[in-house]
Amino acid sequence: MATKKFLYVNRKPPHGSIYALESLEVVLIGAAFEQDVTLAFIDDGVYQLLQNQDSSAIGTKNFAPTFRALGDYDVNKIYVERESLELRGLSKEDLMPLTWEDEDEDWAEKDSIHIVSSAELAEIIEQQDVLLNF
Amino acid sequence: MARPSSAILLIEDGVYALQGNSAAATRLQQAMENHPVYALQPDLQARGISEENMLDGVEMVDYDGFVKLTTEYEKSQSWL
Repeated sequence: MATKKFLYVNRKPPHGSIYALESLEVVLIGAAFEQDVTLAFIDDGVYQLLQNQDSSAIGTKNFAPTFRALGDYDVNKIYVERESLELRGLSKEDLMPLTWEDEDEDWAEKDSIHIVSSAELAEIIEQQDVLLNF
Repeated sequence: MARPSSAILLIEDGVYALQGNSAAATRLQQAMENHPVYALQPDLQARGISEENMLDGVEMVDYDGFVKLTTEYEKSQSWL
């Protein structure tokens, strides 16, 4: 099967609607089919990566920990828009520390999350074959 | 838009407005000068918004408190 570059764009916050969870599930499907997967978090989507999410009191299954498994599925290109973070008073330290292990470098642990500007994100978007928006 | 006799209760994704240093928090602070503001604790907890980086002066309620507020005020008007 030919490999395509898939970009999943996330602009909605988690828990209030099903978009965030659905997006993550589709990402895992793309990764299972060994496609070239990239994730982008823009606007309220950046809230999906916040630490310490605990949805037990609202009676839903918390899917936030699943983000930590992405590295094991070779999904390690995760871009977060800097302008979106700043508008919300957030920084990289507020986000979950997502990592992956690079087998080409003796399994060295590396950051999966990259904070990029809107302009840099535009370039990344241009390189993709398929864009899925949530 | 809220009238002076109204209270504001933030629920679900509305609780993100409490995120300190955000643009929404600044606007909420202005509202807080004229209205009591409450927030639903389970929704804050689900979204990982902790007391440390939350706006000051907001009273947290649980689901029971939510119901109590609706009995204390004459009308409940939901806003998405």
